[in-house]
Amino acid sequence: MTTVKPGYVRPIDFKHGQVDMTHGGGGRAMAQLIEELFLSAFDNEWLRQMNDQASFTLPHGNGAPGRMVMATDSHVVSPLFFPGGDIGCLSVHGTINDVAMAGAQPLYLAASFILEEGFPLADLKRIVDSMAHAAREAGVPVVTGDTKVVERGSGDGVFITTTGVGVVPDGVQVSGDRARPGDTVLVSGTMGDHGVAVMSFRENLEFETAVRSDTAALHGLVAAMVEAVPEIRCLRDPTRGGLATTLNELARQSGVGMRIRERDVPVLPGVAAACEFLGLDPLYVANEGKLVAICAPEDAERLLAVMRAHPLGRDAAAIGEVIEDTHRFVQMETAFGGSRVVDWLTGEQLPRIC
Amino acid sequence: MKYVDEFRDGALARTIAAKVACAVEPGRSYNFMEFCGGHTHAISRYGVIDLLPQNVRMVHGPGCPVCVLPIGRIDNAIELASRPEVILCTYADTMRVPASGYLSLMKAKAHGMDVRMVYSAADALRIARQNPARTVVFFAIGFETTTPPTALAILQADREGLANFLVFCNHVLTPAAIANILESPQVRGIGTVPLDGFVGPAHVSCVIGSQPYEYFAEEYGKPVVIAGFEPLDVMQAVLMLVRQVNDGRAEVENEFTRAVTREGNTRAKELVAEVFELRRSFEWRGLGEVPYSALRIKPKYARFDAERRFGIEYRSVPDNKACECGTILRGAKEPRDCKVFGTVCTPESPLGSCMVSSEGACAAYYTYGRFRDASGLQRQNARERPAPRVSAPLAHREATSDASSASGAPR
Repeated sequence: MTTVKPGYVRPIDFKHGQVDMTHGGGGRAMAQLIEELFLSAFDNEWLRQMNDQASFTLPHGNGAPGRMVMATDSHVVSPLFFPGGDIGCLSVHGTINDVAMAGAQPLYLAASFILEEGFPLADLKRIVDSMAHAAREAGVPVVTGDTKVVERGSGDGVFITTTGVGVVPDGVQVSGDRARPGDTVLVSGTMGDHGVAVMSFRENLEFETAVRSDTAALHGLVAAMVEAVPEIRCLRDPTRGGLATTLNELARQSGVGMRIRERDVPVLPGVAAACEFLGLDPLYVANEGKLVAICAPEDAERLLAVMRAHPLGRDAAAIGEVIEDTHRFVQMETAFGGSRVVDWLTGEQLPRIC
Repeated sequence: MKYVDEFRDGALARTIAAKVACAVEPGRSYNFMEFCGGHTHAISRYGVIDLLPQNVRMVHGPGCPVCVLPIGRIDNAIELASRPEVILCTYADTMRVPASGYLSLMKAKAHGMDVRMVYSAADALRIARQNPARTVVFFAIGFETTTPPTALAILQADREGLANFLVFCNHVLTPAAIANILESPQVRGIGTVPLDGFVGPAHVSCVIGSQPYEYFAEEYGKPVVIAGFEPLDVMQAVLMLVRQVNDGRAEVENEFTRAVTREGNTRAKELVAEVFELRRSFEWRGLGEVPYSALRIKPKYARFDAERRFGIEYRSVPDNKACECGTILRGAKEPRDCKVFGTVCTPESPLGSCMVSSEGACAAYYTYGRFRDASGLQRQNARERPAPRVSAPLAHREATSDASSASGAPR
């Protein structure tokens, strides 16, 4: 018997309400805005899949490969430069990763810049050089772009939007709605590095840490993974809202629950310590070079081995299982020996983290 | 993480769980109120309940600074923030507390008011220094833990001659709230809320010491064990409380000796006494008007007092009729007894303050514990619950080493 109350959500008040920071926090408020506004306005079969990218078949007769993938990502991170990266390489990695999480090979990028009047050109050059370097390193060129300038005070230095396209290898069908009870949940490495690195450079909060952002393009790792296990069910990069939010998204999309083990979730000691004194939970802190993978239990060992053999998956770990649960709860066995829910992020934990 | 992981050790937890399981007398129920939100959070986040026998019940107390703020005080803060010259600085949790008219400081910020989240009173001071043309108001809330930093900020502003720094003081006092609960008819007279002891505050006690609780132990015959905020601290405190109840003792014991002394932090207490004085009365959400339960700024430092400067008048606003925060804060009801819990009241759109802070009873239960309802693991139906997961051989083997001694915490 269940006494849990149905997940009622008060509808958004479009008449009197205003956008607040939680609408961009990656948590439940953002999910609600997407569902009640964007999804309902743009409604189509691709958007309805609720993935971080759209996967579609090109019209026949042009000799194009099977399925293409398209993703876009805006970057508003503050500060613009942080340990281990900057908004430039972040904007390249972010979109490459969104494309790659369909199991796809990213091919081309487009970049749009919104610049604020007065922004130092030296900083802009540094950012663009970093983007160019990241794109070259990833082998995914920036092939088109756009530049706009707004008056001083109407932006915060620079905002960058990147869009990417890629192709899905034949036989690969990765989507957030394919997790099944019994499946294994894996992560590619330590959780929370990016968020803590950015926070450590925030004005008002500067603290010394050896933690660097994990920002990286994951398509190489993904290519190795789908080659070894083409039947991978779900891939997603746990950015805003962290691992907790990503697992909740996948649980909701697939209509399942999950049970993870706290002791198996890799977290760097420096990240754990920073979270401790900032009052944060590493499970909710953003990553920019990590992924969550869900596969059938019989594939888990092979997939884990392939991940660990790749430089970006050295610390990969199996952290739990998909379970049957009509409430779609993500539960966690705590290292202490108890159990608890790992809920959606409420509000915003760290604003403007990517 | 050194000096932290030791207090979250699963093996030690099982050892203490085994001891608690051995110590409790069958057929007897043990109802302990953890006063502090910090304990509520630790209990929920680490799943401490799963390690306690079914006849030990934890009652969540009112010790969450955000939860006890009445609507009228948030309205006052928004009134302050609405002045164009004011920058209102506040702790993050306060941002989402519902005010009148579907407002909150978060929404006030979206409306264009200059509301900034700070980590400490010192941050607010810095913002005042950086914005000499603006008036910076620090929305000071919290128990004895956050009061000394506010006092320090006022003294610092005084030394620097900082004329644009003000404090909207809402600091409240722990002993007054405990006394109020113990005096309430539900606890004292009717006995509808059985309370057999208190897990005493951790950080608050670092400041005020263990001495103030001696009165409760004596006058009301309730044992108090002061405990740290780590889950092993809570487990050990429960064990100590069970032993006191079994022995018929009502004493103040200190599990948190690594930080708490009988006298507390005398320097911090001096700072508070220098800057603040008692208010005759203060409204608490859930407890109502509680005499001599809060502080205000002394006339000597009146120029830093936002209430005086702007002539802020307090108007009491009744809670939403459907909201049970008041009863929950007094321990008379549990979150799921509230009709709006998890329906119209969720962490996203909280109706009551207990749903706002992660230290609030409702938010802690919603965020960490609601799968218990889903799987039928209710404390009310305690008999159906599985026994604590303690393997007997392990319990026997390790029963000689106390968690506190093994983890370096002196008893």
